[in-house]
Amino acid sequence: MHLAYPAVLSALLFCTGLYGVLARRNAILVLMSVELMLNAVNLNLVAFDVWLSKAAEETLHSGQALTLFTIAVAAAEIGIGLAIVLAVHRNRGTSDIDRLRDTAEGREPDGPDTDTLATGAAGEKAEATA
Amino acid sequence: MTLAAASHGFLSPTGVEIAFLLVGLVTFGAAVLTVTTRQLVHAALWLVVALGGLAVEYLLLTAEFIAWVQVLIYVGAVVVLLLFGLMLTRAPVGRSPDADSGNRWAALTVAAASAAALVWVVVDAFRATWIDLDGPAAGSTAVTGASLFQNWVLPFEALSVLLLAALVGAIVLSRRAKAERTAGPPAAGPPAAHGADKGGVR
Repeated sequence: MHLAYPAVLSALLFCTGLYGVLARRNAILVLMSVELMLNAVNLNLVAFDVWLSKAAEETLHSGQALTLFTIAVAAAEIGIGLAIVLAVHRNRGTSDIDRLRDTAEGREPDGPDTDTLATGAAGEKAEATA
Repeated sequence: MTLAAASHGFLSPTGVEIAFLLVGLVTFGAAVLTVTTRQLVHAALWLVVALGGLAVEYLLLTAEFIAWVQVLIYVGAVVVLLLFGLMLTRAPVGRSPDADSGNRWAALTVAAASAAALVWVVVDAFRATWIDLDGPAAGSTAVTGASLFQNWVLPFEALSVLLLAALVGAIVLSRRAKAERTAGPPAAGPPAAHGADKGGVR
């Protein structure tokens, strides 16, 4: 098999995930795009491991071991990420990334966005600022 | 890609390459639909198609253990977690008009530019490289297990500690939020937040 096939496919998948990370607003959709990027990296690792194990007499199979590690780290990442998103959703009432701008620079802390937020979130924020 | 394959005409596209190309097209299409669809649950279901297609690609690359791990963990566990996350954050079931943010054209430009650069570099670098898929499989379970438990034992154990720490961290994050919610005043539910969400789109 030509090595360009899996390499090009993984490059395209990575850029698809990159678009999703940059363009999506929901935090869970951003996590899905991150999963796509991680899978593109996995495909690259597996393809180059299969190539090197025949071409270079490389017997450590580091590509496949790293792929397994990446899968495990991605599982841990998705668990922590979803826990964080759920905590933010409980406190703020939204999982929209464009609204989570409390630490943004050059912007007054209580912009007009705060008024449009939920009463629960506004109450929580007033409680925090009081 | 096809030009590079055609210039090396002594190896016409084999059956494995054609199968890889077809499954790759399905995978890429499902990935594009995952990041562009406006229905959140459909995005998770297209993600299943993309990850399953990648598992088939691993099988075509003779990495069978990775393929089954992919099916078990990604298609089995991660997508179910994502669906639960969508359910618990009360994602709208129908079309949501604000799924994409305002900078999607900038994102499209960045993604297209990086895709062009990566594909050009990769094709230019590996246009004369072929994977030898004959002989014993490079990624059978015996080979992967032997290498994993002979050469990679210490990272493997460290990874188990990492998974344990991540699990404990997820439990702590979820528990503290729940304790705060029950202790504090009953917050207005996310439906009210969602109504405000519709009204106050930036």
